Amino acid sequence: MSDIPASEMQGWLREDGRKGIRNVVAVAYLVECAHHVAREISLPLREDGVHLIGFPGCYPNDYALHMMERLCTHPNVGAVLLVSLGCESLDRHRLLRTIKASGRPVELVVIQGTGGTRASIAQGRAWVQQQRWSLDAMPTVPITAADLVIGTVCGGSDGTSGLTGNPAAGIAFDRLIEAGAACIFEETGELIGCEHIMAARAATPALGTLIRESVDKAARYYETMGFGSFAAGNAEGGLTTIEEKSLGAYAKSGSSPIVGLIKPGDIPTQGGLYLLDVVPDGEVRWGFPNISDNAEIVELIACGAHCVLFVTGRGSVVGSAISPVVKICANPDTYRRMADDMDVDAGRILDAGAELAEVGEEIANLVLSLAAGGQTRSEALGHQEFILTYKSFEPSGPACFPA
Amino acid sequence: MASSSPLPGPRDGRLLLLHAADNVLVARGAIEADEPILVEGEMVTLPQALRLGHKIARRRIETGEPITKYGLPIGYAITAIDPGAHVHLHNVRSGYTSSIALDAEQGESNV
Repeated sequence: MSDIPASEMQGWLREDGRKGIRNVVAVAYLVECAHHVAREISLPLREDGVHLIGFPGCYPNDYALHMMERLCTHPNVGAVLLVSLGCESLDRHRLLRTIKASGRPVELVVIQGTGGTRASIAQGRAWVQQQRWSLDAMPTVPITAADLVIGTVCGGSDGTSGLTGNPAAGIAFDRLIEAGAACIFEETGELIGCEHIMAARAATPALGTLIRESVDKAARYYETMGFGSFAAGNAEGGLTTIEEKSLGAYAKSGSSPIVGLIKPGDIPTQGGLYLLDVVPDGEVRWGFPNISDNAEIVELIACGAHCVLFVTGRGSVVGSAISPVVKICANPDTYRRMADDMDVDAGRILDAGAELAEVGEEIANLVLSLAAGGQTRSEALGHQEFILTYKSFEPSGPACFPA
Repeated sequence: MASSSPLPGPRDGRLLLLHAADNVLVARGAIEADEPILVEGEMVTLPQALRLGHKIARRRIETGEPITKYGLPIGYAITAIDPGAHVHLHNVRSGYTSSIALDAEQGESNV
């Protein structure tokens, strides 16, 4: 499927059998009070594959701990430094055990134990530098599309997103799934009106029912939050019905069967298309499901995404810690203004006669090139955004995963 | 000029076909009113200007027929629509609200 010679695709093999396309050292603060120390530790090496992640809350939260476990054992992560203040509630002992069990080098700096800011920064930097040298010497192994998990989000959307960027991303998903990859799309709140169509695409009737229920949950949740996704359909922009608007977002899922419905931190068990349910279970607590695009990107990465396709119309500039973000610009005018931040000019479908299939191929090839020395624009520009907040989920049932 | 099958034909470059099964085409940018425009091999004249993102019929669409975009139904025609005619609020109704009604009547959805 690809212009990228298979021999050039290389990754780093982890003990769980997954392979990373990056080999980063993650420096993770376990409460906001440790953020500054962790940032100071990571800063000198931030352009050499040392990424800062963390959770700001002092109160315990099962979701946040689970997310941190998944992120710290992500295939793109080779080693982890945990930075704790010492009195926060996140279970650093369990997190440490989980990372150790994954076979990764891990170290814990407890600021209250090391004697404060200066000593903690010095200790942390020395360890991180050692790990960087050691990871740089780690041999690579061949990697194929079947080793990859790819996520997609849209943000800063406008009327062009559903015409160019999202359908092109969907075509890329179809190509990558044909080649064996697992692909994840999300935001059930933007898929209200598509639930029957999605359910019909589900691999099993039981999964179809669960997909309908997940969209119903999103509709209830957003209603309680006080804003409807479809308050004023955008007829000006040519959208005629509710389902047409949702289908514009849905288009980024492509046309493969849906084999699973997962929640943040669930890892696809085989190739195919998965829907990620990002809306918390239970009563509405802690505000909006995802307060910004990076919260969704982090959840996709916690599901094992090696990279994330980000479709934007108005023009987002973000990247992410841990996994590269491929920015697909749907709007030709935005592309002209912000080309330096964009990986793919999907707007040329509108103003230069390009075909969707051609842009879709370009996106799929770009994803594979990331395992062959390629870099995204946001990586080159130093973007490493990260955000993790409070949520709660019930565990996914067996019918959510492929048999 | 009625044609019930969506035969591919030469089409104006300013019209975007999102999916092979679609019966609508989307304007890639503004197209002036009264401009002759090629739609699947037929020359039609747009009775009104078309803005970016607006849809026209790719072929004749009968009353009650689903409007298909992205290869999926986005509603249904409430009147027959000629090739090249603007497809929007005046000739389309959402299938979503009616499928909710269908749920209540038949106890089962049917999309």
